[in-house]
Amino acid sequence: MTLLRTPTALLGFAILFALALVALLAPLLFPADPLSIAGPALLRPFQDASLPLGTDRLGRDVLAELVHGARTSLLVGLAAAATSIIIGSVVGTLAGFLGGILDEVLMRVTDAFQTVPGFLLALAFVSVVGPSLPVVVFAIALGAWTGPARVARAEVLSIRERDYVAGARAIGMHPLKIAFREVLPNALPPVLALSSVIVAAAVLTEAALSFLGLGDPNRITWGGMIAEGRTILRFAPYLSIIPGIALVLTVLGVYLAGEGVVEASAARKVRA
Amino acid sequence: MPLLAVSGLTKRYRRGDTLVSAADDVSFTIEPAETLALVGPSGSGKSTIARLVTRLIEPDAGTILLEGTNLRALKPSALRAMRGRLQIVFQDPLAALNPRATVGRVIEDPLKIHTRFSRGERRSRVASLLERVRLDPALASRPIHEISGGQRQRVAIARALASSPTLIVLDEAVSALDVSVRAEILQLLKRIQRETRVAYFFITHDLGVVRAMADRVAVLDGGRIVETGLASEVVSNPQSEIGKALVAAAPRLPRS
Ligand SMILES: Nc1ncnc2c1ncn2[C@@H]1O[C@H](COP(=O)(O)OP(=O)(O)OP(=O)(O)O)[C@@H](O)[C@H]1O
Ligand SMILES: [Mg+2]
Repeated sequence: MTLLRTPTALLGFAILFALALVALLAPLLFPADPLSIAGPALLRPFQDASLPLGTDRLGRDVLAELVHGARTSLLVGLAAAATSIIIGSVVGTLAGFLGGILDEVLMRVTDAFQTVPGFLLALAFVSVVGPSLPVVVFAIALGAWTGPARVARAEVLSIRERDYVAGARAIGMHPLKIAFREVLPNALPPVLALSSVIVAAAVLTEAALSFLGLGDPNRITWGGMIAEGRTILRFAPYLSIIPGIALVLTVLGVYLAGEGVVEASAARKVRA
Repeated sequence: MPLLAVSGLTKRYRRGDTLVSAADDVSFTIEPAETLALVGPSGSGKSTIARLVTRLIEPDAGTILLEGTNLRALKPSALRAMRGRLQIVFQDPLAALNPRATVGRVIEDPLKIHTRFSRGERRSRVASLLERVRLDPALASRPIHEISGGQRQRVAIARALASSPTLIVLDEAVSALDVSVRAEILQLLKRIQRETRVAYFFITHDLGVVRAMADRVAVLDGGRIVETGLASEVVSNPQSEIGKALVAAAPRLPRS
């Protein structure tokens, strides 16, 4: 498979695969409640084999927290990216295919959303609605759908001139059906190429929200762990550094894997 | 009553500061089961007229009556319903069908829109339409991008036939095909016309094809119809300048 031929893509997929595996297996690997006390407080990493990454200020197992936190990070990252790609493709397809006033209105709305930093939007939304997993997902998507919308619209503008779209009109197909069944699927590849960047940004936004205490309070998150460690940063820096490294690795993995997919599909296009 | 009556059809495109007439006061009629050919040099407005007649682009002026119904006066939903009677096959078989769709879906779509057949009935109709255009019914499950240009053009014809139209506009439907495939498709179209009594509006720049396929022919130049007549007469004795030029430029015409 061309996808795995580049070493960077291979590395990216290896990281993601390991992360996904760990996240999926978290309840088996660490069946105990990760928020319960597992040992003495502030045990340094690599001191005790049963608590390899040490404990936090309440004596909770850092590795267990990290592994359970991976679930939230990946879940929120993927769900937010999927939501923004769906919203963006629908908006971009309607704007590009139907054109006219609707296009004007939708693109002005897109502009408006794009001028506000995504993180501020997410922050405002969660502050108003209150933190919970679906709210966090939607809040992140709120700041991320404009990119997919623009790319989808540009692609739809070129596809709607193709003969097969005229052909669909010629058999009497309804315009909305043409937009979503004939045009959108063919406009999707360049939109999906954005997904790695969006997932990576979503993971970071989720961490930032949690860091500010706006994550789902019932879940362990890496951002929350970093925030907790920050209060005793000088005394126990590993409490912030360990989830920080996990975050960087995740974003790196998503990004490298995404690059690999884009390269492989470009190579396929050249050959086809 | 003619099957199709077009009158005063006009379409201009802006190019820079000037207006190009792609269709200039075009009028003609097509009778049921007849083939009217439209010939003209490249850029004379043939495709524009094909798309005007099938209501894919909006004319600046003119009327289009199909079976007495003014297609320009219909509401969008009524026009969509009417489209089953009037079909079009495009020149480039590689561009004319959604590359992601399967052959079966492409042919089934007009059946879904214009008939009340059940799923099972539609499946068997798709199979018989594929047989009618001499394709293996097993092709139904294949995606469009996997089949050849000649096969795609047969699929496009099967799709056009699905809603039992009374008129099919063929916009250079065989020009992009190589010579042997072209002859097969022309024979196929002839046979379908004998069987279904469908009328063709046959657009081409090939006078040999006109002679072989058409009852009457209209010659187009710069968006205007400059000559009309029986195909045999116009091909053997053109009156217009452009008609003469087209005959002179044609490779040896097949006798029939
Ligand atoms: N969408 C458009 N915008 C601007 N000008 C156009 C457009 N479509 C067609 N034209 C112009 O209208 C004229 C007629 O074009 P048309 O495609 O109908 O010609 P044609 O006879 O089908 O040519 P060909 O034999 O090359 O297919 C040409 O001068 C063309 O440049
Ligand atoms: Mg043309």
